[in-house]
Amino acid sequence: MNNGWKWENFFEAFPLILKGLGATVGLTFACFAFALIFGFVWIFLKHIPNKPFVWTVDWIMIFIYSTPPLVQLFFIYYALPMIPVIGVTLNPFICAVLGIGIHYSTYISEIYRSGIESVDKGQWEASKALNFSAFDKWRKIILPQAIPPTIPMLGNYLIIMFKEVPLASTVGVAGILTIANSYGALHFAYLEPLTIVGIIFLTLSYPASILIKKLEVKMNTRFDKNTIIAKPNKKVHKKMNFERSDHIV
Amino acid sequence: MSEQSVKDIEKINTLNTEQIVKYRNVTKSFGDFHVLKGINLDIYSGEKVAIIGPSGSGKTTIIRMLMTLEEPTSGDIIVDGKNLWKMKRNGTSIPANEKHISELRGNIGMVFQHFNLFPHMTILENCMVAPIHVKKEDKKEVQERSIQMLERVGLGNKLNFYPSQLSGGQKQRVAMARALVMRPKIMLFDEVTSALDPELVGEVLEVIRDIAHNDDMAMILVTHEMDFALDVADKVLFLDQGVIIEQGTASEVLEHSKNERVQAFLRRFRKI
Repeated sequence: MNNGWKWENFFEAFPLILKGLGATVGLTFACFAFALIFGFVWIFLKHIPNKPFVWTVDWIMIFIYSTPPLVQLFFIYYALPMIPVIGVTLNPFICAVLGIGIHYSTYISEIYRSGIESVDKGQWEASKALNFSAFDKWRKIILPQAIPPTIPMLGNYLIIMFKEVPLASTVGVAGILTIANSYGALHFAYLEPLTIVGIIFLTLSYPASILIKKLEVKMNTRFDKNTIIAKPNKKVHKKMNFERSDHIV
Repeated sequence: MSEQSVKDIEKINTLNTEQIVKYRNVTKSFGDFHVLKGINLDIYSGEKVAIIGPSGSGKTTIIRMLMTLEEPTSGDIIVDGKNLWKMKRNGTSIPANEKHISELRGNIGMVFQHFNLFPHMTILENCMVAPIHVKKEDKKEVQERSIQMLERVGLGNKLNFYPSQLSGGQKQRVAMARALVMRPKIMLFDEVTSALDPELVGEVLEVIRDIAHNDDMAMILVTHEMDFALDVADKVLFLDQGVIIEQGTASEVLEHSKNERVQAFLRRFRKI
């Protein structure tokens, strides 16, 4: 048995594993983007004014977030092709994006919901009084107020998803974990490559979480008088002065 | 008198005799609580109406139903000759759809007790957003009109300020400019001075007075400012426990009312 820490293994494995980082990060962002968009789909479905429909949607969501993502991933990869008529075989990358993305979209839609609920009731009434269409009301009034406060929470989910993405190796999507694993199998040395994987995750996740803490403070004070005075809307102001003087002349 | 001016006067007369809003047996209940019990009310084009009465009498609910923020339990509200909450299809009356309602809602503007400005926009953007996106008007023209309106309410020097940087009275004046830029035929004011510090009430009433005297839109004001109502209102309604118990000219209701409940209410008010 090849026991003990060997620096030569460490230095040999490190560049190899680092090559897989692009794929891991790429997959993370793909899953995150999918979850962000699909989170809106849930919100949209839940606002359809039909109670039985909304209950059905609720139960589907509960089912999704109460089952492990790994099971969902396996289902999409192995079971979906076996369903008659609608069954399709998808490539592993798409499977991973769908599996992880849909699972986390349920959490993200809950975050959106909390943001939307935090918007003052008067904003809905004012939108109605000004006769906004449903689409413009969401686009111009509700979401611009609902989403910014949730950005730190969304950021946390990005980090969580980054840590969940190695699940994709189970359906054959290569990433840093896959490379570390095959290095271990080849040289029968798992200690160094898996330590490297741990270090890589730590060096990315931890600074990111500090960044998000800072973002949170910024978001919480975004409507405070001082922050706004610090950055006046110069572009509009300039344009306006010009047009005003134009008008007077 | 020239022919033209005779025509003008005739036009004004026909305008003034036209009921822009009619309430017919309108009731509203929240569960077992009957807020309004059969409201009948006519409002003519350009008329300024003040609604007064004790709190909980249903004053605000009357105008909230007109703004379509609440649906009446029964009865009809007619706006510009069309039923606000009902539409005809194949000869039978059915609940109005969003398209029908939004068409009529375009005639109405509202100023709220708590301003409800959009905090993520400058006050100029607050005024511009609806004309541009709802009425699809030309951006440049809307901007010019919005600036004029903000100047009119005395905030021409604060165009790029955000609502959080303004005082309550300033916010309420922006809210009025925002509603006016939409050029409604009917403006609703829901206790617009109730959330303000006493020293800021005057500046807001001044703007309303200006609108009342210079604009020809109909106005419905729910208010606790009796002297103000006496000054601007053509008609005053006294509402108590969901019923209009007296209506007439401002001086009839506020100065010479024979009704005991009205007198008692006004006495209480004057004492404070």
